[in-house]
Parts: sequence; structure tokens; C-alpha cells
Amino acid sequence: MDGMNPDVKAERKALIEEVLSAYPEKTAKKRARHLNVYDEGKPDCGVKSNIKSAPGVMTIRGCAYAGSKGVVFGPLKDMVHISHGPVGCGQYSWSQRRNYYTGTTGVDTFVTMQITSDFQERDIVFGGDKKLEKVIDEIHTMFPLNKGVSIQSECPVGLIGDDIEAVAKKKGKEHGKLVVPVRCEGFRGVSQSLGHHIANDAVRDWMLGKGKSKEFETTPYDVVVIGDYNIGGDAWASRILLEDMGLRVIGLWSGDATLAEIERGNKGKLNLIHCYRSMNYICRHMEEQYNIPWMEYNFFGPTQIAKSLRAIAEKFDDKIKAGAERVIAKYQPLADAVLAKYKPRLQGKKAMLYVGGLRPRHVADAYGDLGIDIIGTGYEFAHSDDYQRTAEYIKDATLVYDDVTDYELEKFIDKMRPDLVGSGIKEKYSTQKMGVPFRQLHSWDYSGPYHGYDGFAVFARDMDMAINSPVWALNKAPWKAA
Amino acid sequence: MPQTALKIKDHIDLFNDPEYLEIFKRKREQFEDMPDADVVAKQADYINTMEYREKNFAREALVINPAKACQPVGAAYCAAGFEGTLAFTHGSLGCAAYFRSHLSRHFKEPSAMVCSAMTEDAAVFGGLNNMVEGLANAYALYKPKMIAVHTSCIAEVIGDDLNSFIIQSRDKGSIPADFPVAYAHTPSFVGSHIVGYDNMMKSILSNFWEGKDRKAGNGVNIIGGFDGYGVANAREIKDIIAAMGADATLLSDVSDIYDTPADGSYRMYDGGTPLEAVTKALDAKATISLQEWCTGKTLDFAKEKGQEVASFNYPMGLGATDDFLMKLSALTGKAIPESIAKDRGRLVDAIEDSLSWIHGKSFSIYGDPDFVYGMTRFILELGGEPAHLLSTNGGSEWEEKMKALLASSPFGASGQVWKGKDLWHMRSLLATEPSDYLIGSSYGKYLEKDTGVPLIRIGFPIFDRHHHHRFPTMFYKGGLRVLVTILDKIFDTIDEKTKVTGISYDLTR
Repeated sequence: MDGMNPDVKAERKALIEEVLSAYPEKTAKKRARHLNVYDEGKPDCGVKSNIKSAPGVMTIRGCAYAGSKGVVFGPLKDMVHISHGPVGCGQYSWSQRRNYYTGTTGVDTFVTMQITSDFQERDIVFGGDKKLEKVIDEIHTMFPLNKGVSIQSECPVGLIGDDIEAVAKKKGKEHGKLVVPVRCEGFRGVSQSLGHHIANDAVRDWMLGKGKSKEFETTPYDVVVIGDYNIGGDAWASRILLEDMGLRVIGLWSGDATLAEIERGNKGKLNLIHCYRSMNYICRHMEEQYNIPWMEYNFFGPTQIAKSLRAIAEKFDDKIKAGAERVIAKYQPLADAVLAKYKPRLQGKKAMLYVGGLRPRHVADAYGDLGIDIIGTGYEFAHSDDYQRTAEYIKDATLVYDDVTDYELEKFIDKMRPDLVGSGIKEKYSTQKMGVPFRQLHSWDYSGPYHGYDGFAVFARDMDMAINSPVWALNKAPWKAA
Repeated sequence: MPQTALKIKDHIDLFNDPEYLEIFKRKREQFEDMPDADVVAKQADYINTMEYREKNFAREALVINPAKACQPVGAAYCAAGFEGTLAFTHGSLGCAAYFRSHLSRHFKEPSAMVCSAMTEDAAVFGGLNNMVEGLANAYALYKPKMIAVHTSCIAEVIGDDLNSFIIQSRDKGSIPADFPVAYAHTPSFVGSHIVGYDNMMKSILSNFWEGKDRKAGNGVNIIGGFDGYGVANAREIKDIIAAMGADATLLSDVSDIYDTPADGSYRMYDGGTPLEAVTKALDAKATISLQEWCTGKTLDFAKEKGQEVASFNYPMGLGATDDFLMKLSALTGKAIPESIAKDRGRLVDAIEDSLSWIHGKSFSIYGDPDFVYGMTRFILELGGEPAHLLSTNGGSEWEEKMKALLASSPFGASGQVWKGKDLWHMRSLLATEPSDYLIGSSYGKYLEKDTGVPLIRIGFPIFDRHHHHRFPTMFYKGGLRVLVTILDKIFDTIDEKTKVTGISYDLTR
């Protein structure tokens, strides 16, 4: 696609207008601020973000609980996370994010369990604090090897005025173990984003630099990886590279993480952040409080991996710099072989993305490595700084949509007919019915890892199998083909 | 390096490679600060003991791995089975996202649902403005024939009055005066998804029936209840109705909406019970429910309107289907045709062919109360022996009825009924008193892993196997499918055991 083609821009702007025309006037006006066609060279994508979704439309967003329990706390493996409130929230998020971990589930690790206080009407009427106390006591009986408990509050808890902080203090003291209250009720904020922030604050106030985890010797090469949730094993495919170049990953937040790794997070020399949106808050805090610098990196696709490895190495000495070059050289043949195999099959294809966190920008160059153009992208719960960071990754005339409604996304897909859409479970099946290949980019469609060089091979294979499946040509009955 | 372009390894193989195993080991030794291996092993053994089981059953407040969801998802499922109907969650937006994901993950289908996007301000001032704006947007954008509103926690806790909000929305022009909006209060802290189903069904019927005179006819209404196999079971019931030539209406017919074809266009609405038929359903002679505990309030309502009512408990297999068909025949005055008798005969034939593999084997079963009842009844017919029968959302009436069922057969003698218990209770039960097999949803895979009891996946949700919902579980044909599912697992288990020595690794069975 010729990025500078004014016709393409005009066409896409007209498409936005067309899509908006279906809304009632007031909603159309609101939505117009979230849709744009990117102008190369602009410092951001020119869309508003982190604003309330319109009622009555299908937003793809989740809630603060999803941000806290579903993303940040859920993967922390040796703590028990209570879905505090009615049964649903814990049930729907049970084992759904594929945060891989090692351990004996139900004994020393608890990630794939649904632990809830299962609120009943009497808890709403009389308050849930007493029940919560009992729940925590019973957790210690059932799971004595737990390292701590977090209380992930659901909507009713905040509304009825429960004092979960007081319960946490009391029970923490009684059991001699950490109890963290997290006020991530779903009605707070406009999306899951506030849940991330709330979870970061809880890490700051209750965990970081505290606790009783064993002392250990630090080295000049100690780093903490932040914002990798180990979906499909991503964090391991990243860790292998960092360790190979000579760094020591003393903590990984929060995929496959233990409480000790969180508590000792302030012992690192550098914080490496992958998902900026979900955990930049704690990086900023550690910078202020402990003088620990932080940097973003991107481990999607060989171009960005190499760039990131070199940038990380720049923060260290020649030994690490040489280590980075060694790692890049070691994996370059793999990357080359993967590209040789898949690029010819994918060159010139067009993809549209709609995801959360960092993916709407970070994966763009991984697609680019494979010869695939990103023609549209957007975030579920970004803030303006995310869109500023996106400008670096996208080309002129890219369609940008913030908090896109399913209606808008379907229209965009239908009109632009990309060769691939990368989004979530709620978008997967409607897109495929339209005859457009799809990959889930939240859960990696039950595949992965996608991070690192090992992950890129899987990513390339998966995009090829989605796009080049024979089934897309069989979508229409031959007697109905136009 | 484990990875090559020639044979790309994903998570299934990659992490068994020495390089990754080394990472896990190093991480554990240096950074995790986890308990020592012997301490872990000791606790892992302990949780399989009777002593732990007793502690586990002494729990009063803590719930671990419950086999139930919350009311609104049941309401949304019910609403989806009506023509052109858009489910509307009045509450904060995460709920609708979760309901949609949950249904999509089971059916591998889109699940359309809007919400009123309530946030902090709505929590303080109430969600009226959200409703007024939300109905206007939903009506304009998605052009539904009906909107079915259910509540989530936030709206229930602050006490939003749906009826009044909808009236005010009409007054403000969000939707036309005569546009059907059904509404049900579905607090997540009361009951479970099966109660939500009941509440929404009653609400939709009320919406079309209230204020109208009933002219009693000969028709019969049939309600399927919340059912992960609702797609195929709806088709099954419609086939039975057609074969009998009966005047019967399926209320909430999800067979099309959760099974739309891939042909190049996405349809947000497809099929469903026609709204005209819902109106007409008031005149029916009777309303029959296929799942008693999904329809208590709805049947009371139908009775109030002057209809006869009857309910079943997930009719599966021979006896339960016989009962159902004879009731349907009696109510409609239509004979049961030879084609259905042949289907019955085929199921009997299949059971006779396979009985030796099931006879005397024990089966633990969990799930919704009606499902557990229907499944247990079928197991008894097959000569299997029900073991632990557990329903997180089953109550005292269910327990009594289950006990009566067990008492009705010598094969039921060792069956134990567990109401209101969760899957961590089931874990203790299987660890201390194992059964040969376990029947339930995908969540049971953790139990299979921990206790070694093979899981036969029948129930809701099925997340980790594909397309099961496309095949029926109810009636004779469904019974055949369920029988095959059970047998496949039994044979796979036998092959798994015998392939080590090669002895008894038989070709023909």
C-alpha cells in the first residue's frame, strides 16, 4: 500500500463518517473523537482515549476487577487471590488468561483456581467483612503453604461500604502472612485500566520492599522484568534471552511470579517493562523511591527483539553488550529460517488489530518482519501516552480506533477486508463468519509463546496457518458465488 | 537451541526442552522462595486424606472452584433464543464482557450483548441516564425486535428500578412506545445462572402475556432451560414435535443463534422463537419445562394464567424420554409415531450392545441440578453405579429428589448426594472414595489430573473440546450420543492402561 496515497486517506476518513452515521447524533459526536486516520509525523494518533464508553453499544472493554485480578494479581502464583463478592467475576475469569506457571496447584501454587467468597443476599444486607475474615481463616486451613492472600473486591463490596483494609490488617497480623486488600470494584474507572493502576498501588503499599522473603546476594546484572504475564509461556521465552546475554532476572512480574519476586523487586539495577500500560505506575514509583531506572522493550519479532536486546545492553557494561550480540547472532539463523519459510507466503498481506495493553503497537513490527502491513489498530483501554508511543510503530493512513465498538469494528473489517484480524474472543467468531481470518491476540488463540525468538517462530507459523488456510476459499457455496 | 524453523515447537513441546527445564530449576532455586520439595510433597499427600476431607467439608464461608455461574448469564442465554432479541446488561461494563466471553468460549460463536456502562457517578446517582441513553443507542444501532434487560450487581445493590427506568426511557423517546422491552432483576448474589434463566423467561412471557385475555387452545409450550447443548437439543425437540405433528412452541430456541453458518456474512440475530409465537403461547393448553430447576417461577406464572404445567429433569436416555413423550402425547392428543419408537429401539439396541463395558462401573457426576438428575437416571439405566452426585446450585428439594431416584434402583445403593458443594469438595471425595469415572464440564480436568479419575466431558461449560454442543444430549438420540461419549472414554482408558504391556490391548470389543 502506498502510505502517502491521499485517496486511501480520504477513503478511510469517509469510512469513519459512514460508520458514525448509524449512531444517534449525540453518540456519533462522542465516538467521532475516538476514530482517526493517522498522519505520518504527528506525535500521536489524534484520538481521545480513557473516556467512558457509551451506554447501549457493545464495547469490548472489561472492568477494574479484570485489570487487577485478571491481569496483574492473577498470575502471582503462590498467593491465593479471593474474588471477593458474588460468584460470577471469579467464574468467568477462571483459568482464562493462560498465565503459565510451575508448581503444585492447590498446594504451593493457586493460579488456575477460582477462590471466591460467593456473596449471598445476607452478605449484601449485613456486610461481607465477617465472611471475609472467615474466608481468609479457611484459606489458611485449606492451603497452609500459601504465601499470602489478596482480596480482589467486586462491585458490591465497594457499594455496601465494607472495610476490607481493616480485615486485611487484622488477618495479616493473626496469621503472620500477607493479606492485601485491592479495591478493584468493576464500576471504578472506565475500563480495566484503572484496575491495573489500583493493583500497582497495592503492590507499592503492601508488598514491594516488605515481607519476609529470604535475603539474597545482589549482582550488578540484576534486572526485574515487569509487565509480562507469561501467556502461553511468553515470559520464559523472554527470560531465556536475558539470561543468555548475562543478566540475572531476579523477579518477573507477574507471570509465573512468587511473592518473593515482588517483595524483592526493589533490589534490581534496572526495570525492564514490556506492558507499559499495566505496570508503568510501579516503575515510576521505583524510580522515585529507589532510584531504579526503567526502560521499555519489545520482544515481538526479530527486528524489535534485536533492537531491544541492544538497548538493554547499553545500560550495562561491555560484557553484557557482547552478550547481547552473541544472543542476536545465535538466534539470527532461526529468525532467518522462519522468515525464509513464511515471508513469501505472507508478503503484502494486510492486518487489522484491536487489543489491549501494548499489543496494538508492539506487534506491528513483528507483522512487518513477515511482510504484513498493519492497516488499522486500536486499544481497548489505552491512555494518551499509549497513542503517543504508537505513532512510532504505524504507517501513514493507518486507521486508528479507540475503544472501538463491535459495530464499528465489523464495518471497518467488512469495508477494508484485511487478510487477518487480531483481536479477542468476543471478536473472533463474528470476524470468521465474515470470511476473514482471525487470531486471538489476548490468549494467543491457545498457542504461544509469541515473545522472543522462540515465540516469533510460533507467531509466524500461526499467522500463516490463519491466513493461508484453505477454508477461506470455501466460504461461499459455489452455486452462490457472485 | 530447541526451536527450528523446520518443526516449530509451541508451548506444548517447547517447555519440555532441557534449556527451559533448566530455567525453571534455576528460577526456583534462586528466586522463588517456595517451600522445600519435601514440605510440598507432604502437603500434596495430606490433601488426599480423610482428615483433610473433613476439614474441607467443615468450610462455611470459603468457596473453591464452584460449578455455577451468576444469574445474568442465564438471563442473557434465555434472551438470545428469541427472534431479534438483544440482551442488555444494566450495570458496569465488565459484566457484559464476561458474559459474552463465557458463552463464546463454550459455543465458539459470537455472543451479542450491550450494557449500560455504569461507572462511579452512576453508582452514586443511579443508572437512569445510562438506561435512557443506552436504550436509544442500542435501538438505533442494532435494530433489535426486542431488548431484554437484566441487571448486574451494581444496579441491584443501589436499587435501580428497571420498570420505572424503562418507562422513563420511553417517555424520553429512547425507544418507541410499543417497542417490546422485557426486564428481569437478576442479582448475582442470589441463586445462579439457572435462576437468571427463569427470571428472564418469566419476564419475556409477562411482557407478551400480561393484560391479554387467554383463549385456551390445544398447543403446548416447551422450555429447554439453560443448557450447553441447547443448540442440538432444540433441533431434537423440534424434530420430535414435527414427527408427532404436535402443535408445540419451543420458548427460547437458541438453535440458530449459537450455530450460525460461516458464509461470508455475520448475522447478529438468527432464528429464535418468533415474537408472534410468544404472544400466541399464552393460549397454549400447557407449558412443559425440560428442566425443573430452571423454570420454577415461569411455570408458576403459566399456571396462574390457567395453563397446565409439567416439568422434567433433563430428559436423557430411555425412561426420562419415555415420560416426556407420553406427557407430550397426552397433552397434545397426538400419538407417538413409529419413527420415534424406532429411535427408541435403536438406543435400546446400542445399550444392549455395550452394556458389559458400563455395567458395575461407578460414575461421579456434577453440574446443574437438572443435568445431574438426568445424567444419574441414565447411568442407572445403563447399569452403571452413581457415586458422588454434586451440584453447587442444587438445594434441598433437589437432594430429596436425587435420593428418591437412587432408592429406585439397586444400582443406586452407593450413590451419595452433595448439594451446595464445590469442586474442591469433589476433589476430596474422589481422593478418598474414588469412582471409576467422573462426568462433568471442562473444569473437571483439574480433578482428573489430581485424582486420576478419568473425566467424561458432558456439561457446561465445555471450553477445551470443540463442537460437542452441536450434538444432542436429550431424548433418545441424545442418549445415544451420550452413550458413545461415555464408551469412548472407557475404551480410551482401557487402551491407555493396556498399551504398557500389550496384554488385553484388544482390536475388537
